[in-house]
This record gives sequence, structure tokens and C-alpha cells, in this order.
Amino acid sequence: MSRVSTATVEDLTEATAPDRFWNRQRRLGVALVLIGLIAAVIFGSLAESATARFTISEDAEGAALSINGQFGAILFGIVAVAAGGALLAGVAKRWQTLLLCLGIVAFVLSFLCWQVAGKFLPLVDTISGSLELALPLILGALAGVLCERSGVVNVAIEGQFLMGAFGAALVGTLATSVWAGLISAVVGGVIIASLLAVLAIRFLVDQVVVGIVLNLLALGVTGFLYERLMQPDALKYNSPPRLPEWRIPGLADIPVIGPVLFESNLLVWLALALVVVIHLGLTRTRWGLRTRAVGEHPTAADTVGIRVRGLRYMNVLLGGVVAGAGGAYFTLVSTGAFNKNMTAGAGFIALAALIFGRWTPYGALGAALFFGFAQKLANYLSAVGSPVPNQFLNMLPYIATIIAVAGLVGRVRAPAADGVPYVKS
Amino acid sequence: MTTEAPEKKEEQKKEESFLGLFVHNLWSANTVTVTILSIFLALLIGAILIVVSDSAVLSTFSYFTARPSDALNASWDLISRAYADLFKGAIFDPAAVQAWFNGTGDWKTALNPLSETLTYAAPLVFTGLSVALAFRGGLFNIGGQGQAVIGCLTAGVAGFAIGLPAGLHLVVALAAGLIGGALWGFVPGLLKARTGAHEVITTIMLNYTATLFLGWLILQSGVQDPDRTDAVSKTIESTAGLPALPQPLRVHLGIVLAVIVTAGVAWLVNRSSFGFELRAVGANPPAAKTAGMSVGGTYIKLMVVAGGLAGLGGAVQVLGTADRLTGQVAGNIGFDGLLVALLGRNKPWGTLFAAILYGGLRAGGNLMQVDVGVSLELVTVLQALIVIFIAAPALVKTIFQLRDARTARLGASMAKGW
Repeated sequence: MSRVSTATVEDLTEATAPDRFWNRQRRLGVALVLIGLIAAVIFGSLAESATARFTISEDAEGAALSINGQFGAILFGIVAVAAGGALLAGVAKRWQTLLLCLGIVAFVLSFLCWQVAGKFLPLVDTISGSLELALPLILGALAGVLCERSGVVNVAIEGQFLMGAFGAALVGTLATSVWAGLISAVVGGVIIASLLAVLAIRFLVDQVVVGIVLNLLALGVTGFLYERLMQPDALKYNSPPRLPEWRIPGLADIPVIGPVLFESNLLVWLALALVVVIHLGLTRTRWGLRTRAVGEHPTAADTVGIRVRGLRYMNVLLGGVVAGAGGAYFTLVSTGAFNKNMTAGAGFIALAALIFGRWTPYGALGAALFFGFAQKLANYLSAVGSPVPNQFLNMLPYIATIIAVAGLVGRVRAPAADGVPYVKS
Repeated sequence: MTTEAPEKKEEQKKEESFLGLFVHNLWSANTVTVTILSIFLALLIGAILIVVSDSAVLSTFSYFTARPSDALNASWDLISRAYADLFKGAIFDPAAVQAWFNGTGDWKTALNPLSETLTYAAPLVFTGLSVALAFRGGLFNIGGQGQAVIGCLTAGVAGFAIGLPAGLHLVVALAAGLIGGALWGFVPGLLKARTGAHEVITTIMLNYTATLFLGWLILQSGVQDPDRTDAVSKTIESTAGLPALPQPLRVHLGIVLAVIVTAGVAWLVNRSSFGFELRAVGANPPAAKTAGMSVGGTYIKLMVVAGGLAGLGGAVQVLGTADRLTGQVAGNIGFDGLLVALLGRNKPWGTLFAAILYGGLRAGGNLMQVDVGVSLELVTVLQALIVIFIAAPALVKTIFQLRDARTARLGASMAKGW
């Protein structure tokens, strides 16, 4: 963590203390046992004793995985308790992550069994919907990875989304071409990114301040132009073509995975490919090594001849490209028209995904998918009239991130020089 | 403007009179000059936005080379009308004031712009002070929005759920807002002190959590207006409302409260022992620790006070103007408070003036939207641009070729990075 947070001595003593009984694994174990008990007792007692069907097809018919809702809720609750118990008993460290994942998945399944009892949940729709909702989060979080691994804090993802979405809608409509829209979405993201880069790297303004102010600037500019241009004449300025759905023959016929992954739009493939490309780039290439060096110890990087500021400029602008493409999702994929403040905090969920995913591409992907699933589930629950308020499910990304940074479930650590401007001495 | 700089330089060489010295110092990168030039630059960019988004004026540019006067006149006309409205809506309308003196108009109409300005400024003072105070202690409180939302919520609920005599009810509702905001500030403070979780991350996340929580609470029975199906709460009892001037003037006691609280915060920062502690912690945590101060304890206290201030801002908003809870009742006052604090250089009285400036922009923007049809969003753009230029004094210095001056670098006391 940064200098500020390690300033308290309590922190340092905690880090250097010898093995205590309540180490991280045992605390995790207790947490899992507790949520498992909640699942088994509360979900189990509230659940109807009726069949919960997870259908493979789009509707209630056809093949399905089915289980008695009450039984399932209790069963999966017990699984979570068992996973927590194993952690408490002190299993080998390499099982830790696996057991943690198992416990959380079991908890989610128990919750689902309670909610779906007597109803059905279309699996394909849920998974592809989660992926679609996660799409901007993946791209936004990747933009964050690019910026922050090289040491520039990017709180302006929201602003980049908005400019991207606006650019895509405006140019896409004027040129009646979805590709022109996609390109101008990228340009919109890069505009905000270049402002961020110049102000943060050249003029050394506090990067969190710049990010927040740029968000407001993007909100103002897009809202202003929306009201002046798009609202009076939506047909001329605000009816962009949608990104076409492509179906890859053969692969799309695989059950569940096929329709989710291979009957989709270009942006989904682009996002998934970028995750892999950026991961490989960061870990295997010269650019990646330099990026990480600049983000962790810019002085050392400068000493061996790496151009710190140049690399940071490049990475922030690349981040703008990725986030701008993420902004295109809102107008070219999701709704088909721009609206004032249409991103509604998605940029901050992407930021949460970045932090929750520990500043790594795969972590960001996992966190984004998890948050996308939570949103999809919230939509599903409010559609079937569940007593669980969807606002609480929508809070999940934020609360999960707070828990992660507070180190209650393993501590996340930002790149050491993240947010510290580099001044050559 | 850029060409004036060398002229002034020559002037200064000729005579070392008082005036020459004054001009010399005026054209240096001091706080006042940078602030005024930042506002000027923001208005300039705003003017460009107004012109390029107006299709009628834009069409005159298509034959610019043939008859440039058309395009220039049309642009000038539009811009001057828009900015004149901004002034009339924020400070005073000469026509209305003249009518008042002639006896044909009403004093209320003449004072209405100022009333609107102060009405919009009141909650911003509180959220601005919240951010400014936290800055002085080295914490970046982005959670002003969330704390204000919770302040709105608790003050609003106290405003309609309990019946008390007038006066006492108002005090209770304001206290409820204060406590709600303080609780919402306590969480990131505690996490920062105990686990080192960076307050920027936790407060950003708590902002949206608060908004979602408000969205849920409004729909609950007992809170939602029984006659309505949409997300609107019951109306706050008049006993809990902040007393206001007679209609149509909207300015209420909140602005008086804001001035008192500003004085209180100024005393707290500059004169109290807690203020000394927080400035010490903000300047150098390890040194403060060595001097025997509890850094974590200060962080917690600081966030509680900052949260309480923002919560009070939310309470003023809901008890002064909104009179019932909706999903957007807090508007953008938390984030605007952040801009206000930056513009006020994190000083209490500076924050008060910055809040009045932003309130004026907002009030004038309303008239501009109604009169010329220039969207109110322009005000958001202006507000953001002003702060961008303020935050990058080097940028303003380069653009206007200002001389060097000892400027307090913005962000010297800010937390860096995560």
C-alpha cells in the first residue's frame, strides 16, 4: 500500500507479528462457516419445498437441472459450512483459494435454490446476460489495469465510458455506420484519457482529483450536447445502428457455452481477447516488464533508461482506447441510443472490479463477471417478484470491494507508485 | 489576452511607480490571478461549446469567408445573451431593479436572483467544508455524496416520521442528518485507521451504496407517500422545514447556518487543538505519530466530523428546498462540494465564497436555459473546467505567460495514490 496507509505503526506490527492463531485462513474459515449457516438455516427455512428448475433452453420447457429448492438451499449451505470447517481445521495452504471459491459458490447456489424454488431460471439467458452486463466492466477494468500498472490512477473510467458512448451514438448516426461509431467511441475515450495524461503526468495534478473532475466534465459536455443536438432531433443525431450479432456455425451448437460465447457480438470477443493479450503483454513482453517497473519503482526504471513519462502517456492513452470501446457498449449494444448520464456509475463498478481483481487482467475479468452476474440476478429477482430487494444485490460490487481493500478476506495491494507523479530529479 | 503579457512587461520597465508594481504583481501566477483567469478560460471554452452546438449560428459559418460579419455577429449575439442571463439570474437583473426603484416592480423580483444563488449555495457550503476539512488532515473524502445522501435520508425521515413542536423538530431533523452523515463517514475512517484501506476507494464505494440504500428505503411502506406509486416519500412536516423568506423567494435559514458553520470550521482548523492535530497528521503522519498523536484516532475523528458536515448539507437540502425524499434528492451536491473545496483552496472561508460562486452559476444557468435555451449542463462544464484550470496552475501560467509567484501548490496536503 502507499506511504499514507502504512503510516500507522499498528499496521507494521501486525504485518511482522509471528504466526498468530487467528491467521487469515482461520478468519476466512469463520466467515465461510457463518455464511454457510446463514444459507442453511435462513435460506433453507424460507425456501419453498418445490422443484427449482435451471433450464438449459430459454423458457420453462426442455432439459433442465432440477432440485428441490429447500433441500438444495440446506445442502449447499452445509457445503459452505464444510468448506469453512476445512479452512478452520487448517488444511494445506494450496487448498485455501479452492476452498474459498467452493464456499462462495455453494453460498450463491443455496441462495439460488431458495429463490428459484417453484420457478425456473433460464441458464443460457442468465449466463449470456451476465456476460453482456460484465462487458463494459471488463473493458473499463482493463483500461484501469493499463493505467494503474504504469502508475497513473484512473478514476475517470466513468467519463471515458460516457464520452465513448456519446461519440458512438453521434458519429454512428451521422455516418450510419456502426464501425464509424465504434472508432469514434475509441476517440471519445482517448480524448478524456489524453486530458488525464497531460494533467496528471505533465502538470502533476493530483490524479484522483483529475479523474473526478474529468468525470464531471464528460457528464457536462455529453449532457449539454445531448440536450442541444440529440434531444431536438433524435433521428438525425441519436439513432445509431446496433452492433450485429454474429453466429459462428458449428461452435454455436454446443449446449450452454455455444449460444453464450459463439452467438455474440464483436465487442464480447474483443474484450475476452484483450484480457488474454494484456495478461500476456504484462507478463511476457518487454513492454509489460517496463510497465510494471514504472508502476512499482519509477526511479529505478528511469535509472536503467526507461522513459517513465513516455511509457505512462502511452499506457494511459491505450487505456482510453479500451475504455472508449467499453463506452460503445452502452449505445451500440445495450440501448441503441445515447441518454444523459446513461452509464450511471458503471465506470465506478469497473473501478471496483479492477481493485477487487487485484490490478490483474484475469482478476479483473473474474470480478467483472461476478459483478455482472450480481446485476443480472438482481434483474431476474425483480422480474420474478422476489422479496429480496434488487438494490441490495446491486450494492454487492461496492461492498465486496470495501471488504477486499479492508483486508478482511485477503489484502489487495496497488502498484507501489500508483498515483505518485514522477518528477525527474 | 496572450498578447497583453509582453506589453505589461514593457510598461513595468518604464516606471517603477506603485501602479507599475501593482500591474507587475497582478500578472504573476498568484492565487487571485490564477483563479480569475481560470474562470475566464472556462467561460471562453463554454462560449465555444454554445456556438458549435447551435445549428442556426453554425449555418452562418458555412459562408464565413464570404461574409464573416454574419457569423461573428450571430455568435456574439448568442454568447452575450447567454452570459448576460447567467449574470442576471445569479446577481441582479438591472431591469427588475430599476422597476423596483421606480415603484413599478416588486422588491421580491429584484432580489430573486440573489435568493436563488444563496439557495443553491447553502448545501454546497457544507459538502465543500466536509471535503476541505478532510483534505487538511490528509484525507481525500470523495464520500461527500454518500454522506450527503444519508444525511438527506435521516433528516427526511426525522422530518416526517416524528411529530414535534416547530423549532425543536427542525433541530432534531438537522441533528439526525448530522448523525447520519457522521456514521457514513465513520466507516471509511475506521477502516483507514484499523486496516489501512484507502479512503478514496472505500468512500467511492460507499457513495453508490448510499444511493442504492436510499432507493430501497423510499419504496418501503411508512416512508413512501401512500398516494403515490413512484419513488417519492411522504412530505416533511412544516415544523421541520427551514424558515424561508416570503414566496417566491426561496432562500432559507440554511445559508445563515452555513456561515456559522464556516466560522466554526475555521476555528476548528486554525484555533482548536484538534485542528492542530489534524493539520499535523495531514502534513506528516509519521512526525505526528512521533509527537505522540494518535494518527488513526485523528483519522476516525476527522472522517466523523467531515461526514457530519456533509450529512448536514444533505439535511439542509432536504429541509430547505426539497421538502420530500426522492431518489435524486441529493442531486450532485457531494461531487459539487468537492469542486467547491478545490476552488476554495481547502480554506473554510474560501470554500464559502466558492460555494456562492457555484450557487450563482447554477442559479444563472436556470435563467439561461429558460431564456436562451442553452442547456443547464453548460454550468456543469463550466464548474469542471474552472477546477481543472485551478488544479493545474502551471497550465494557466503557460497559457497567459504569467510570471512566477509563490503559489501554494494545490495538492501538497493531498493523499497520493491509493
